[in-house]
Amino acid sequence: MLDTFIIPLLKIVVLLNAILISVTFMVLMERKVIAWAQSRLGPMRVGPYGVLQAIVDPIKLILKEDITPVKADKMLFSLAPILSLVPALVAFAVVPFGGDELFYVADINVGLLFFLSVTSIGVYGIILAGWASNSKYPLLASLRASAQLISYEIAVTMTLVSLILTAGTLSMVGIVEAQLTDGVWYGFVQPVAFVLVLIGGLAETNRVPFDLPEAETELTGGFHTEYSGMRFSLFFLAEYANIIVISAVTAILFFGGWLRPFPNVEALAFLDLIPGWIWLFSKIFLFLYLFMWIRATLPRYRYDQLMRIGWKLLIPIALANIVVTGIVKVLV
Amino acid sequence: MAEAIAFYTLSILILGLGVAVITTPRTVHSVVFLVLNFLCVAVLYVVLRAEFLAVIQILVYAGGIVVLYLFVVMLVNLKRQPEEHQDPRRLAKIGLGLSGAMLVELAAIVVYSYSREPSSVTAPSPAFPVQGNVEQLGWLLYTDYLIPFEVASVLLLVAMVGAIILARREL
Repeated sequence: MLDTFIIPLLKIVVLLNAILISVTFMVLMERKVIAWAQSRLGPMRVGPYGVLQAIVDPIKLILKEDITPVKADKMLFSLAPILSLVPALVAFAVVPFGGDELFYVADINVGLLFFLSVTSIGVYGIILAGWASNSKYPLLASLRASAQLISYEIAVTMTLVSLILTAGTLSMVGIVEAQLTDGVWYGFVQPVAFVLVLIGGLAETNRVPFDLPEAETELTGGFHTEYSGMRFSLFFLAEYANIIVISAVTAILFFGGWLRPFPNVEALAFLDLIPGWIWLFSKIFLFLYLFMWIRATLPRYRYDQLMRIGWKLLIPIALANIVVTGIVKVLV
Repeated sequence: MAEAIAFYTLSILILGLGVAVITTPRTVHSVVFLVLNFLCVAVLYVVLRAEFLAVIQILVYAGGIVVLYLFVVMLVNLKRQPEEHQDPRRLAKIGLGLSGAMLVELAAIVVYSYSREPSSVTAPSPAFPVQGNVEQLGWLLYTDYLIPFEVASVLLLVAMVGAIILARREL
């Protein structure tokens, strides 16, 4: 009873609260990082250096009026934000924050595939939000989004095949342990795969430079134009939760998860004094910063460029990477 | 006991969602019910200890194919119900015939499987040199079932080439 129900439930409660709190502070971090990149100060009014902005923003969103357009499809209009948030949160179930059983909800033997399949469900939220709004621009945005997400999902899945070939397991804990036994982070074994997953991750979370589904200059705000109040914020929760989970998975697959740098070098054993989850958190934090840095730096792609990158560049490179990995795996 | 409860709950859900798919008047709604149906089938696979199949069911069907269905349905944007301009009685006759054939088929399967010896119903599990669900599946696909596996992949390739030719008239 205790092991099968209560402890997993407690872990889930802690994990969900941690995600939601970190999302609110991530919004603040993003505003600050972009402000510094543009020589501004960012939010400064609420609390010291605007730190309390992260608490005030959600309260404002909860208190705002929740409007449903008259001609919207009522059922799907309320279902869409839920469908987009729930997969983003469920994906955290297989993310191990440490090697001990205490630090993950589940270590299933198909962990990586579970992550991919759960995140592929998230696209329904975006498509249905655009369609159910019964409005021109959201519909256009959701058509763009679905085409984009499917294309880049194929590229990311194919890229991860070569990583699975290297690691020899689909379990997330197993992949980190394989990096420990091989004595190298897979980011250095599979640099091409790392770059492809990073690009695909940007596209799957609708971030700059792939934020065409929410291109406000063309679409007045994207698929969530008709949403307001808490439902609108659910889409943002989903987007930021997706960014966190993709950063976490990238850190686990390519940068050794909770392992310290140079895990096989005895001379650096004093680094083990810092617990594994802090190593993983700092790696995740670096990726989050990278996402924001890219947003502050790069312009948006045109839609035909986006499709060309996905189908004619990423997928062929991913296929070639699988072939090369297979040959090397057989020869070595 | 727990497995039986899970099985019957899931069966009721799957059948109910299946009925909802074909009775809902709006096409987009029935696609959403289809997705939920596929998710329930995936959970049923997990109950049967086929984790790989469950995950692939979500990844391929719920996450891939049905998204394309939804894409098409949204683009076509069916204003009129297709049933309005057809004679419902004619459809009822065809439906009755088809479901009767299906019923006979299912009954035949059940009678046939129960009439055989119980030992031959469950095939002896082959000895695997590898452990784990995915590993054993891969082992079987690349040893005993190599030819069907390759034939299936060629079939998919042919279908893909055909779709590309249909979509682009000039190559």
